[in-house]
Amino acid sequence: MMKTILKNLILNNPDQKLNKKTNLIIEDGIITKIGAITSDDQKNAKVFEFNDAICAPGFFDMHVHLREPGREDEETVKTGANAAAAGGFTGIACMPNTDPTIDSAEVIRYIKEKANGHLVDVYPVAAATMSRKGETLAPMIELSEAGAIAFSDDGVAIKSAKILRTALEYSKMLNKTIIDHCEDETLAGGAMNESFNSTFLGLPGIPSVAEDLIVMRDIMMADYTKGKVHIAHISTKGAVELVRKGKENGINVTAEVAPHHFSLTDDSLKTYNTNYKMNPPLRTAEDVAAIIKGLVDGTIDCIASDHAPHAPEEKELEFEYAPNGILGLETQIGIAFTELYHKKHLTIEQLIEKFSINPRKILNIKVPKIEVGELANLTIFDPNEVWTVEVNKFKSISKNSPFDKKLLSGRAKAAINNKQIFIGDKFLSI
Amino acid sequence: MPLSSRHLLGLHNVPKEDINLILDTAKTFKEILERPIKKVPTLQGKTILNLFYENSTRTRISFELAQRRLSADVINFSVSTSSVSKGETFKDTIKNIEAMKIDMVVVRHAAAGTPYYLTQLCDANIINAGDGTHEHPTQALLDLYSIKEKIGSIEGIKVCIVGDVAHSRVALSNIFGLKTMGAEVSVCAPSTMIPKEIENLGVKVYYNIDDAIRDNDVLNVLRIQLERKAREYFPSIREYQQYYGITRQRLDRIGKDILILHPGPINRGVELSNEVADGPNQIILPQVTNGVAVRMAVLYLLGTKN
Ligand SMILES: [Zn+2]
Ligand SMILES: [Zn+2]
Repeated sequence: MMKTILKNLILNNPDQKLNKKTNLIIEDGIITKIGAITSDDQKNAKVFEFNDAICAPGFFDMHVHLREPGREDEETVKTGANAAAAGGFTGIACMPNTDPTIDSAEVIRYIKEKANGHLVDVYPVAAATMSRKGETLAPMIELSEAGAIAFSDDGVAIKSAKILRTALEYSKMLNKTIIDHCEDETLAGGAMNESFNSTFLGLPGIPSVAEDLIVMRDIMMADYTKGKVHIAHISTKGAVELVRKGKENGINVTAEVAPHHFSLTDDSLKTYNTNYKMNPPLRTAEDVAAIIKGLVDGTIDCIASDHAPHAPEEKELEFEYAPNGILGLETQIGIAFTELYHKKHLTIEQLIEKFSINPRKILNIKVPKIEVGELANLTIFDPNEVWTVEVNKFKSISKNSPFDKKLLSGRAKAAINNKQIFIGDKFLSI
Repeated sequence: MPLSSRHLLGLHNVPKEDINLILDTAKTFKEILERPIKKVPTLQGKTILNLFYENSTRTRISFELAQRRLSADVINFSVSTSSVSKGETFKDTIKNIEAMKIDMVVVRHAAAGTPYYLTQLCDANIINAGDGTHEHPTQALLDLYSIKEKIGSIEGIKVCIVGDVAHSRVALSNIFGLKTMGAEVSVCAPSTMIPKEIENLGVKVYYNIDDAIRDNDVLNVLRIQLERKAREYFPSIREYQQYYGITRQRLDRIGKDILILHPGPINRGVELSNEVADGPNQIILPQVTNGVAVRMAVLYLLGTKN
């Protein structure tokens, strides 16, 4: 019997209306006591002191790119899951744009097998259409049975209104969400946001309306089919307004935002640094303000990293030729608390909702309870810890982060799940 | 007084003193070019690489001639972009070049920002010979030189850049350089060829060519891309020619002198009618001569700076 004592935590779970300073005892991964620690309790127990850090239900990142199968030189299921644990996440959903694509039960099983036994739960998102080509529907029933948590053609939008309609209707009977990367393909293909900055830098732009159009299409189609649509990595003011309107009209639409879209603007591109190249691109200060407003009023349900590892030789290219995407798992708690909590936009409870509760609700995953008898699935974080990002210490194989050397406030202290704790840079059994 | 930077990546933020120094130096070199012996030993022992990732024979020849007139050792390296995507990366190529101890690199590339990237990869002086639709500073400098030579001063004159501003590398450099030198700058094109928020650079926008001709002292007419997807931005060459082509009748209607520049090569009968292309207002061939003198000045000033 393994016994672990976590001392001096502030338990905080808005889903349980829980907010109190206490201690936790975990035995064989299960919470067995919440309260004062007796000398009896301490016998044969491993004790961790947390000095009033906050303990929330484990954080969940619903938008992660693992590169396995296909590009294991950039990230594997295991290194991605390690990065998640180091960043304070106990669950992730991984996107299907692997090679081969996650459009068969076999690939789902392969990924789940690779993740087996890890602290971090890995939930594959399957492609909505075969090879994400937008032509034929992926076998959604079979994929669901194998463990697909949602469907998405991420990397591109679901190609046509017609196949989107079919996907929404078909997935509805499985009670699964369609996650869409909203970008009109005829307006896509630029290297950055279309703005004064793209004019100034001479780079081809992607107009914000390319996103707005598809968000509008998706919301209208969710309304018509009564299916569930989730807007991935929302980045424009127009899209936020459309989602807000959609929710007001009772349409089943949810949205996520990536940390770079509420912390950076396209002003960052002035040095042509490819670590600022992502899709959707960094937008303007006006878009950032609209996104923060959307986070505050609940239009944007959750924060997800769009963690996109790339090998150095791929990113070290001429700006227009470099691939899109940046790492996110190991910096997003820091960025979110720095930009949203310390700047007084969101409370701790709201951040816990966006990082833990809402993504699970969108995906129909049970939200962990902090209660005696429950499996300990917890994220412990200090919202005030000031630290410097060092990409060379990342668990990710790749290093493509624009936040290297940035000073952030707020950091995960430990992640706990599946009878393991990640603390002090290592995994231990509990 | 030397130049304030050791590279020429663009004309944005290049101070007036630097531009004046380049134009004055170019004047000296132009005089040398009129002599029977056109060669000076100024850059003897310097090795210059012309790194062209995009085919641009005119620009390359102009640079090469300037380099040879200054007695530099010249290496030409042309790569077609299609072979690049398969073979070694830009960074690999540059690391190889670095090992060869090159003093200056003149770079032409289809991707914007590449000259800036190059400054981070090697120690040579970098001269941008055109990057994507971003900048082409020596073209703008030779335009400035040519205007000054013809009109006497740039301060206070009105210059309109006509044509596909959104997909041009010449427009931005001209805007930056002309504004620094005190000109009033405008652009004229169909709205689909005007890039987003260009007014924020302090330029006026015209959609009507006759208004632009009426209001300006100089027209810098850009080449219309007849090929590729450029054609998505306007209905037909015929319509462009009809509503934006500079013709004798259009110029006569205004009844005043106007100076016409064109970076070449011209689409005769499209952006310029034959009559205008060969007429008294244009200085297209002097621009080419001035191009060599201006490039000599830039190479000399950068090459002797450190
Ligand atoms: Zn995406
Ligand atoms: Zn993604």
